[in-house]
Amino acid sequence: MIDAMQNVFWILVFPGFVFTLAVGLLASWLVRKVGALVQYRVGPPVYQPAVDVMKLMGKEILIPQDAHRATFVLAPLVGFSGVLLLSTVLWLATAGIDYVGDVVVAMYLMVFPSLALILGSSASGSPHAAIGAGREMKLVLSYELPLVLAILVVIIKTAGRIAPGEQLTLAAIAQHAPVLSISGALAFLVALLCVQAKLGYVPFDIAESEAELAGGVMIEYSGALLGVWKLMQAMMLVALPLFLVVVFLGGIDASGLSLLWGIGKFVLVLVLVILIKNTNPRVRIDQAMRFFWFYCGAVLAAAVILASIGSYCDIAWL
Amino acid sequence: MDWRLWSLKKSIWVFHVNTGACNNCDIEIVNLLTPKFDVERFGMKLVGSPRHADALLVTGGGTRQAAIRLREVYRQTAKPCVVFCMGACACGMGIFEKGYHMAGPIDSIVRQVDPHAIIAYVPGCPPKPEAMIAGVVKALGVLQPKEKYATERIGQPVVADPR
Repeated sequence: MIDAMQNVFWILVFPGFVFTLAVGLLASWLVRKVGALVQYRVGPPVYQPAVDVMKLMGKEILIPQDAHRATFVLAPLVGFSGVLLLSTVLWLATAGIDYVGDVVVAMYLMVFPSLALILGSSASGSPHAAIGAGREMKLVLSYELPLVLAILVVIIKTAGRIAPGEQLTLAAIAQHAPVLSISGALAFLVALLCVQAKLGYVPFDIAESEAELAGGVMIEYSGALLGVWKLMQAMMLVALPLFLVVVFLGGIDASGLSLLWGIGKFVLVLVLVILIKNTNPRVRIDQAMRFFWFYCGAVLAAAVILASIGSYCDIAWL
Repeated sequence: MDWRLWSLKKSIWVFHVNTGACNNCDIEIVNLLTPKFDVERFGMKLVGSPRHADALLVTGGGTRQAAIRLREVYRQTAKPCVVFCMGACACGMGIFEKGYHMAGPIDSIVRQVDPHAIIAYVPGCPPKPEAMIAGVVKALGVLQPKEKYATERIGQPVVADPR
């Protein structure tokens, strides 16, 4: 009973819902503010994302006549709960609470938002949303392979270095910083671009593309359902950079001054993502696929080989 | 103050409808997003779909072709929403007042769908960006929680093809 209560508390309050949401809204303000500063504008006030969601909660929900109602309404909630669980797992791993196989669980949960987006937009019955869903699907196919390979590099790097009898969990991976080796740095670069695509940011905002698809996958959503999508995106903005920090940069240590260093790493990844977003044009879907499969795939194949040689010959920097 | 009204005023998402404008007002509207005026300070931003919008920024006098689409877009907008008539043409058809191809000024077209629509007017050919900001601020200032800003859906079904 106590365990169940503790789990509920974890998911709903501290590392989960309330905490991640607060950090996520702050992070999405940072996205808009840094974007504005890059363009020599002032940008929105700090409470802007929260007010946006508040307003959407008070607005009318329109459901198109052609839509499959249940799927249309449930898809945002599915995506939202997926990201909620992902961020809970990651924060708990940061705090040292982990279990066997949470790397795989985290990778599964990371696909949830994209799947929910595809479901919801296909259910809306709009041709724009259908094109958006198709593009999102191709994008998922493109970046999943490099992301899995990048995590494979991390696992090869850390597996040789953990103590005998210890499980290879996120918390164990977070003890090391694979980015300090050649193969780890290559894997980190590619994973950063995959996170960019997962967040749906320029240059990989092909599924949403405001200019041609007018919002793409979310075009038919309004009111509170759109608000849930916005919350989901805000929480992804916490979960995915945190995943990079935990897996590649050695995690966040919660004791004393090293907490500041951990937050610094998180903000660094976030600002990197935002700067890539603001300094690049959108690519076409075929360009994105070619980029992820052929270029990122080749880079990561080299990284995997380097990491294997490094762990076989016991060279840490390879 | 009502939380819905307060948050609506703080975050106006705008959908831009061109009902036969000469593109002059549109250029001035885009000017609002540039560093000089930067309406994102007030939480305003352009969105791509009327479903996401809180305000319809209408330019142009409302030609017969565009009137059908404008009514359709108004029906598809999530309520509560505000209609802004930007420019002389949108306010009263301007120099095209006697044109054979006009379907009346914007307010009468919108009121055919929703008699209680909230409509604000910013005259000028084109209106200056400062005037547009002033118009938006004034229009938001007169919104009252008791006022019928949350109009119910009108009994017309949303159809895919407006004809």
